[in-house]
Amino acid sequence: MQSTISTFPPYLSLAVWLPIIFGMIVLAVGRDSKAGFTRVLSLVGAVVSFLPTIPLMSSFSNTAHGPQFVEKAAWIERFNIHYYLGIDGLSLWFVPLTAFITIIVVISAWQVIEERVAQYMGSFLMLSGLMIGVFVSLDGLLFYFFFEATLIPMYIIIGVFGGPNRVYAAFKFFLYTFFGSLLTLIAIIYLYNKSGGSFDILAWHQLPLDMKEQVLIFLAFLMAFAVKVPMFPVHTWLPDAHVEAPTGGSVVLAAIMLKLGGYGFLRFSLPIAPDASHYLAPLIIVLSLIAVIYIGLVAMVQKDMKKLVAYSSIAHMGFVTLGFFIFNEIGVQGGIVQMISHGFVSGAMFLCIGVLYDRMHSREIADYGGVVNRMPKFAAFSVLFAMANCGLPATSGFVGEFMVILGAVKFNFWTGLLAATALILGAAYSLWMVKRVVFGKIGNKHVAELTDLNGREFFMLGVLAILTIYMGLYPAPFTDSLQVSVADLLQHVSVSKLPMH
Amino acid sequence: MNPMINNTVSVASINMAPLAAEIFLVVAACAILLIDMFLKEGKRNLTYILSLLTLVGCAAITWTDFSAGTTTYTFFNMFVSDPMANLLKLFTYLAVGITLVYSRQYTGDRGMMSGNMGGEFYVLALFTMLGQMIMISGNNMLPIYLGLEMMSLSLYALVAIRRDHATSTEAAMKYFILGSLASGFMLYGISMVYGATGSLDITTIAKLTAAGAANHTILVFGLVFIVAGMAFKLGAVPFHMWVPDVYQGAPTAVTLLLGAAPKLASFAMMIRILVEGLLPMAVDWQQMLLVLAVLSLAVGNLTAIAQSNLKRMLAYSTIAQLGFVLLAMMAGVSNGSAANAAPAYSAAMYYSITYVLTTLGTFGLVMMLARSGFEAEEIADFKGLAKRSPWYAVIMTLLMFSLAGVPPMMGFMAKWAVLQSVVATGNYWLAIVAVMFSLIGAFYYLRVVKTIWFDDVVDASPISTPLDMRVVLSLNGVLVVLLGVMPNGLLSACLNAMTQTLGS
Repeated sequence: MQSTISTFPPYLSLAVWLPIIFGMIVLAVGRDSKAGFTRVLSLVGAVVSFLPTIPLMSSFSNTAHGPQFVEKAAWIERFNIHYYLGIDGLSLWFVPLTAFITIIVVISAWQVIEERVAQYMGSFLMLSGLMIGVFVSLDGLLFYFFFEATLIPMYIIIGVFGGPNRVYAAFKFFLYTFFGSLLTLIAIIYLYNKSGGSFDILAWHQLPLDMKEQVLIFLAFLMAFAVKVPMFPVHTWLPDAHVEAPTGGSVVLAAIMLKLGGYGFLRFSLPIAPDASHYLAPLIIVLSLIAVIYIGLVAMVQKDMKKLVAYSSIAHMGFVTLGFFIFNEIGVQGGIVQMISHGFVSGAMFLCIGVLYDRMHSREIADYGGVVNRMPKFAAFSVLFAMANCGLPATSGFVGEFMVILGAVKFNFWTGLLAATALILGAAYSLWMVKRVVFGKIGNKHVAELTDLNGREFFMLGVLAILTIYMGLYPAPFTDSLQVSVADLLQHVSVSKLPMH
Repeated sequence: MNPMINNTVSVASINMAPLAAEIFLVVAACAILLIDMFLKEGKRNLTYILSLLTLVGCAAITWTDFSAGTTTYTFFNMFVSDPMANLLKLFTYLAVGITLVYSRQYTGDRGMMSGNMGGEFYVLALFTMLGQMIMISGNNMLPIYLGLEMMSLSLYALVAIRRDHATSTEAAMKYFILGSLASGFMLYGISMVYGATGSLDITTIAKLTAAGAANHTILVFGLVFIVAGMAFKLGAVPFHMWVPDVYQGAPTAVTLLLGAAPKLASFAMMIRILVEGLLPMAVDWQQMLLVLAVLSLAVGNLTAIAQSNLKRMLAYSTIAQLGFVLLAMMAGVSNGSAANAAPAYSAAMYYSITYVLTTLGTFGLVMMLARSGFEAEEIADFKGLAKRSPWYAVIMTLLMFSLAGVPPMMGFMAKWAVLQSVVATGNYWLAIVAVMFSLIGAFYYLRVVKTIWFDDVVDASPISTPLDMRVVLSLNGVLVVLLGVMPNGLLSACLNAMTQTLGS
């Protein structure tokens, strides 16, 4: 087996391993007594790790088919497992998104995390590399390796730095996701044996499978990805995890981790089991609509801000799965765009909540009111992100939702109509929360003592705001790079893999 | 392959070369026993160093054999030196050596080397290892049985080494009675196989059973007893009752001696008797192993949840882990085809090695936190370890995730290899059952991680560890990750060894 590295330096490997190595260094040399040094080192690590993702964006070819920036080398020859990396339009944007969010997370923890700083920062850096590994793996076992390994740092982050009920949330998070991925492991082994001992995901795409096999494989993958997305009815771990996780943990969960599931559908479920995908699409569509409407209603009645945004994430991810399973180009593209946009917007919303929490140590909506009087800059940002969350045109939230609704109407008018109610529900819960927290008279004397954003907070929210608006006004760079890959995917999915009779 | 056996051959003409490691070990162990007599109390470091040097010597001899990669039979076909034996022996030396390093301070603190006690701990440990080496290399029922007894008797004595300690004595009693019962089972089974085939020689038994020349009914009866005896020694459900009590009751150093390396020898015993000797009977013994495997997974994982004592929890976890070894053992032959045999048994071998390395680390940490007059054997004793000593907290975490089978640790590759061989034979339900029980297992491993990282420090006393132990423990932890990320060498070595063993 010859090794292939199509670019030098190997950007993808750097994007995966730089944050992991920096994470290890931070863990090794960071001390609470030298907290400042630890923070600076982590920031340097996060920024350096972001650098190799820039050439990915700049020299990605929008017209090429198949994976780009490929790196392939034998890894475990005994089982024909390869270290096989590559990205296409489906995975391209998640790599810089992950690296970028990691920088934001490091900044967001600057003055907030005072104890065990190295463990906090190191965990996030390593987590970042592992998540990028999931997005760029083209070898089934390598994918699983990264997919599972992400659980370890996240478990530690929630459990060590979380809220009062953190142990319960950490266990629930770990065991829920572990359950899903174990069944996927069996599907992966099955595919390995079926394909004559290959872990090449792209080869699995070409593997003929009969209907029963496809349905079982689809369901096995669904277990892992549905839990991760999360889809109704296996979503219950997410509100717990979000509420208990520290701000950075919530940001990474919402902005990146949920996308691992959505991405899994595109990389595994749809192309490997296309007939089963068509056959089971009604099920996924119904579950997605339940997520959009029912979870949207659930979000509305939440008293805890973080819980509200957590439920809104589930509703938004319902849009994503809906877009994937209506099998038209605009729907799938909309789903991916929605995932990227949600990365910015939900991350920003959790940061906003974090800003308030750091000052008041409460996430109850009822404890606030009239924040705008004391924190005008903060109010401006939170209104912007709430608008983006409910899909206001000219924000990134609009693009994805609009595309999915367009695709859904094409697919079936009533599906489109039901999906569109999400815009109303989204507006209802997001704006109502902002109204109760930000506007009105000053609620109590604690609010009266609030101070507005400091430079660090302004910077991170500002960057996210620019990206949200940029993506809303000019989504072409994102959609252009998706087009070829999505068209190829849909073309592939439209061809039956059933054996000829 | 088999040299013709000439009954009038003289001892001088026997090829002793394949036994070089065993002979060296006997001589060295006796010498150490003598030298130790002249050492003053508190100056037993020499015994310790000599024991370790003995292991290094054995390793050097076995390594030469291993790198030659040949299969040699000697001593009237009773003894075999093949790559499987040599590979397992190398890991046995490693396991015993690491155990000795971990237990130096522990045994010293507990008076296991003073008073009317000399360096017996070391000598007995070396003799258990000798027993294991004979089990690994036995190619005849009798040497295998003798090796088993040699190992067991030394272990009985070791468990009881703290005579003034009530729990240890009780554990020794239990271990001795149940162990003798198991040996009896085993011997009875062997006698039946002898009755059916007229031979104790593994190679001959294999030939006769393959030709259908042996009485099937008697053979199956014998098999039942042999499998039951093995299950006793392995600690598979429903023959597991002694495991938790002995693991908990024995001094931790001894727990490690009987919990780690002997599993490799037991694995070799299964391969020699069941696979090499009785492969044509695979349909029969695979069914037995299936029941043992599923029960072990179920009982081990479910009962471990209820434990608050770490040693006891690890005992149940051992039972569950061995369920996985047995799963791979029963995936070798399906539909009359042994095509999957080498991959499946090599998966079991890799799993056993993984299990041994992880167990060494976990019990090593239990010993590290212990100090004179205090055993750190409750899970609660690990509270806040992350604050007391971040590095060892990381190691313990890695070991726990390895036991739970989470990548990138070694435990994941081992579980993967076993599941792969189970799925390859079409036993999907079995694979699903196995992973669901691993999910349950993940809970109690996670609980230990939780105790280490999320809980506040209760016992803030400083951890004093000798340098050798710190170094070895760190290497042990690193090895568990390294062999998980780069498992190819060991996986291939296991497969090659198993292919050669099956082919000869």
